Amino acid sequence: MSNTAGKSNGRGALSLLVGTRKGAFIIHGDETRSTWKLSDGMFVGNIVNHMVMDPRDRQTIVMTVRTGHLGPTIFRSTDMGKTWTEATKPPAFPKAPEGQTGRVVNHNFWLSPGHPSEPQVWYVGTSPPALFRSEDAGMTWQAVSGFNEHPNNAQWVGPAQEGPPDGSTLHSIMIDPRDPKHMYICLSANGSGVFESTDQGANWKPLNKGVDCQELGVPLDAEVGAEPHCMRIHPLNPDRMYQQSHCGVYRMDRAEGVWVRVGENLPKENDISDYSFPIVLHPRDPDTVWLLPLDGGFPLGRITPNGKPATYITRDGGKSWKRQDKGLPPHDAWFSLKRQAMCCDSRDPVGVYFGTTGGEVWASADEGESWAQVAHSLPEIYSVEVAEPA
Amino acid sequence: MKVYVPSPLRMYTGKRSTVEAEGATLVELFADLDRQFPGMRFRVVNEQDRIREHIKIFVNQELASDLSHPLHSGDTVRISMALSGG
Repeated sequence: MSNTAGKSNGRGALSLLVGTRKGAFIIHGDETRSTWKLSDGMFVGNIVNHMVMDPRDRQTIVMTVRTGHLGPTIFRSTDMGKTWTEATKPPAFPKAPEGQTGRVVNHNFWLSPGHPSEPQVWYVGTSPPALFRSEDAGMTWQAVSGFNEHPNNAQWVGPAQEGPPDGSTLHSIMIDPRDPKHMYICLSANGSGVFESTDQGANWKPLNKGVDCQELGVPLDAEVGAEPHCMRIHPLNPDRMYQQSHCGVYRMDRAEGVWVRVGENLPKENDISDYSFPIVLHPRDPDTVWLLPLDGGFPLGRITPNGKPATYITRDGGKSWKRQDKGLPPHDAWFSLKRQAMCCDSRDPVGVYFGTTGGEVWASADEGESWAQVAHSLPEIYSVEVAEPA
Repeated sequence: MKVYVPSPLRMYTGKRSTVEAEGATLVELFADLDRQFPGMRFRVVNEQDRIREHIKIFVNQELASDLSHPLHSGDTVRISMALSGG
């Protein structure tokens, strides 16, 4: 994933892996990131929530696939999408004992490659919220029972009807690059929040202190109920964490154990808020973060405020933010974006990318200082990830 | 017996719209289909051995409510995609 790449490989072509509500696409870029070519559609008609290249071998691509009718599955490619092989054992809950109602995976939502010391390991978060692990590069998947069967699981996950519109999800699976047993996940569900494990998923604890979701009726000291939309840890300083929450943008230095709202430092201009879905971290500088603020007023528009999209960058850990809108439409651009639809590459300067619900993909080769549209008229975009093949 | 395969599932059957499979029940029929076309069963039948929400199975003209539905030589099975949005 974009934020697991700590080192710049510095050269070579790169591509954008685009998952949409109606299929997958690859946008092939050149070394300068100035020329882009859209591939033919892949799995057209299928819902692709996430498509990720493995940053460890820089060859394997894993993709979630479902349709409105057929059950959810996972495909893998090792030739940049020319051919795909289906998982022989996709993520699935255990069969319930006779007479009991068992859980059913509705869709695979968020893919994360495992730790570099475990090169075949992948994780996927699903809806309804559950965690699964593959130890053979995505071909077979096993439930992580430490979360899925946790004594508090029912309280954390809650009833499906209380989840967000596209279903409750488990997302933002982050593996500490120093320790494969140290990991984080996020829930967007009834008892949502950030959760941490230090024993490779056997046990979990909420990590939500400091997040103020009182506007959602959640008490300030509640262990769960915060609503993270996307959480990232920094690849070079994994104790520096950021989350784009329903309730603002927060930073945590893990030793302090408290989320600090840094989104309130956004400039009071253009009706922006610190409400959005994705958050992107610079691969080498833990103090540099990008947002694309949406309308967070009531009722929640969840679209670009006043139809004037812009990214905002901080280079001081959220103390101050600067607007970046050069090249983006100056007006009449009303779109939203999903939590997996914004990312960056590992080059210098860093390239930043996002895809919109209106099917546009935008790219910046200069850390957001200027933007260019590199694709349009795609189906509703669910995810954009950088692939830097070997 | 003959099994009619809807277009979304033909990626498993080499684009064939009909295939032959055997079984005394739908449980056995889908086991045979999965042997012939690996991965196909899970797209139609969930991990609780239930026919997925937006899929209907017709045996001859009769809607099968679950996988225990009996089958006989000469039956025709149709896997049907129900409406599920745009």
